[in-house]
Amino acid sequence: MSELAQSGAPVRSARLRLSAELWRRPWLKVVALLALPVLAFAVVYLGSLVALFISSFWEVDSFTGKVVHTWTLSNFSSLIHDPVYRTIAFRTIWIAAAVTLADAVLAFPLAYFMARLAPPRLRALLFVLVLLPLWTSYLVRIYAWRTILAKDGALNWALNGIGLPDANLAYTNTAMWIVFSYVWLPFMVLPVYAALERIPDSYLEASQDLGGRSWRTFRSVIFPLALPGIVAGSIFTFSLTLGDFITPALVGGANSQFIGNVVHNYVGISNNVPLAAAFALVPVIVMAVYLFVAKRLGAFEAL
Amino acid sequence: MQTRATRIGFGIATALVILFLWIPILIILAYAFNGSVLQTWPVQNLTLHWFHEAWHDQEVRSALWLSVKIALITTAFALVLGTAASFAISRFQFFGRESVSFLLLLPIALPGIITGMALSSFYTFAGIGFSIWTIIIGHTTFCVVVVYNNVLARLRRSSPSIIEASMDLGADGWQTFRFVVWPVLSTALVAGGLLAFALSFDEVIVTTFTAGAQTTLPIWILDTIQRGQQLPVVNAVVFVVVVLTVIPVIVSQRLTQDSGLLRRR
Repeated sequence: MSELAQSGAPVRSARLRLSAELWRRPWLKVVALLALPVLAFAVVYLGSLVALFISSFWEVDSFTGKVVHTWTLSNFSSLIHDPVYRTIAFRTIWIAAAVTLADAVLAFPLAYFMARLAPPRLRALLFVLVLLPLWTSYLVRIYAWRTILAKDGALNWALNGIGLPDANLAYTNTAMWIVFSYVWLPFMVLPVYAALERIPDSYLEASQDLGGRSWRTFRSVIFPLALPGIVAGSIFTFSLTLGDFITPALVGGANSQFIGNVVHNYVGISNNVPLAAAFALVPVIVMAVYLFVAKRLGAFEAL
Repeated sequence: MQTRATRIGFGIATALVILFLWIPILIILAYAFNGSVLQTWPVQNLTLHWFHEAWHDQEVRSALWLSVKIALITTAFALVLGTAASFAISRFQFFGRESVSFLLLLPIALPGIITGMALSSFYTFAGIGFSIWTIIIGHTTFCVVVVYNNVLARLRRSSPSIIEASMDLGADGWQTFRFVVWPVLSTALVAGGLLAFALSFDEVIVTTFTAGAQTTLPIWILDTIQRGQQLPVVNAVVFVVVVLTVIPVIVSQRLTQDSGLLRRR
């Protein structure tokens, strides 16, 4: 027993000394804790982004199909001058905006009901009902819509059941709009909910005391306070739509290509990484601008 | 906005949106039991045959095993990196603190295709051939942040003075961790780990860029849907995938709700 204590004592005092030392110099601990994750991230992730950026200034030798490491702006000039790329970029951004709008409209009543009207038990249930679809594989949810919108799918079955003709939505841009709005909806509900929940009841009472009717209270009090939440949600809906290529591939039609599809094809099929990298910079730049504006609107506090 | 009419109106709108969220999932789950080979609605002649078929499909099996391996290793990486980062961020003020948390958020703020493309150029750049590790690195970049968020939220709710108290009572760093920090954090870690597992298990976009010729389960599903063959088998696999991702999420929800522990006043 005493032998054990003797051999244990120096180890223990060394450990204590080390702990005390770390306690006295907190920056040592910061370095120790952060070194691993930051190194891993900085090397892999930032390194990759830089590699992507650099390779967009290279080009592919048309004869050998190999990437040539000479500096050129040819990728960017073909992106600007070829109308096909412009159409695709424009379609991507436009649908991303339409999806964001649809999600804001769909999410608001749900978030408002959850935050301010539902009793606690119902609120907890609604939370689960919103979160579970978010975590259900997004590939599965897109596939679900592919079968629903198909000619013999559930949508036409329901429409025919109430005496309406087929909807013919399969493989169209409208289908993409519906599916994107569906898939990203929970990303909008959660931040809007968080923003609405934070509004003190006294604000609404004050508005009523000052003679504000429902609509006026909504416009002048609730909406401005919910806006950071909507912007926070729109970061997800917008960014996720901009970078997607699965939804266009599964429910889009012949004229539904997104930036993501082109990039994916160039990387996977034609092996033209430089041009793909240059085109992939478009969503990055759009998102950078968007994030800058969102930060100005105070969206990061609502995340 | 608390009148009876608005209350009812918001209630109806909420019910409709919830139905919109759930009907497609219920429909695709029902297809797993479809007796017909054709994808028509309504489902006919209910059967369990396709589960049997899927279970004995060699491609499905190897894809499933690859996905499980990737998800497990990714979760382990995410737990270590995410916990370390959340400790540093929550306990200390230092130069560059903001940019570290921004850096961790970046992989989920940027579209998956950017992460995927960036990583694939990086691998080409560094001459790294595709393997299970290239996929794991890709998944880890965006899984770290879920662990980080969960642990950070727990740390913010618990008071730092419990650690000081432990040190004052003579505990060393390891003892403080084992008997004070771990009990506070354990459920947040399990919850974050489960979410990371679910996130990695069904990821497609980053995976398509970092997998090369390997087939994870989601990639098998995507390929098979696009080829339009074996759809009944896909339906059965999809059913299993949904169940496998939903269970960890429900468990992690339960674990993070017991937040009564050591609340900061």
